[in-house]
Amino acid sequence: MRKWKLIVKEALSQTLTVAKFLCLLHVTDNYLCSPTLVYGPSMLPTLNLTGDVVLSEHVSHRLGRVGPGDIVLVRSPLDPTKFVTKRVGGVEGDRVTFLEPRISDTCRTFVVPKGHVWIQGDNIYASNDSRHFGPVPYGLIQGKAFFRVWPPYCFGSLGP
Amino acid sequence: MATHNFLWSFTKNCFTFGLIGLTISDRYASIVPVRGMSMSPTFNPKTNSFLGSMSDDYLLVEKFCLEKYKFSHGDVIIFRSPGNHKEKHVKRIIGLPGDWVGSPSSYDVVKIPNGHCWVEGDNPSSSMDSRSFGPIPLGLVRGRVTHIVWPPQRIGAVEGKIREDRLSSS
Repeated sequence: MRKWKLIVKEALSQTLTVAKFLCLLHVTDNYLCSPTLVYGPSMLPTLNLTGDVVLSEHVSHRLGRVGPGDIVLVRSPLDPTKFVTKRVGGVEGDRVTFLEPRISDTCRTFVVPKGHVWIQGDNIYASNDSRHFGPVPYGLIQGKAFFRVWPPYCFGSLGP
Repeated sequence: MATHNFLWSFTKNCFTFGLIGLTISDRYASIVPVRGMSMSPTFNPKTNSFLGSMSDDYLLVEKFCLEKYKFSHGDVIIFRSPGNHKEKHVKRIIGLPGDWVGSPSSYDVVKIPNGHCWVEGDNPSSSMDSRSFGPIPLGLVRGRVTHIVWPPQRIGAVEGKIREDRLSSS
């Protein structure tokens, strides 16, 4: 009987340790920084087509410090289960001028409304971004990419 | 030395509880107060200016719906305001992607694009909702309200109410 008690106690404490570890993992992943695999042609000169692993941090968007030029991870407004990686083109109140997709020689100017950001891919020919679906609410931003860890020859910071 | 030890274990416990609490409230469920009249009579049926926030309803919000983003008509959801990411609103889903929503004041009928939803408060006279800012992306949703947990005389489940009158069938 005593033996069983000891085993149960041991099992409980082990489970608690694992649970604590998972919680710590969740919190660092959601509030500090997490690795993300990004692929696709939309950010082409900056990020490769075949798939890069970037580290993204989750502090500055909570503090409201996302500005033009940052590469951000955004929950896609068209499909909430997907993430897109784009560059911020302007924050609220900014005037954004862009080439109309498909009709590539007309320019349009747009003022970003309150609480929204304008996101755009670096490869303007193959990117589905704010030029199609308009500015996105700031609340959709999930992180800011700041460091590339894979492939090895591109290892380094993603600064401006 | 004893106080030092006590302080250390106290900090450690606080840290652990913080971690576990944060994880649970992010992934599984959390409790939030609701302010304002926009969802009365479902929440805050009468605000008492004398008692102020003492008479606010507290809601249990589940987060399991955030894994697949599957919602149905009439669900009450919590979402970040599209105009200000620091605010959260609680409203009822009226339309989901592909629906046509008409508003009684104007004769416009709006088609809801992919990945968006149309939200409205239960109290149309004092509610800031999709009628003023349009459909919102589902990615802003932070959870679904299932129960009222406080005050004690109002404990109970929150049921989905489908308002057919707002949906145009076409």
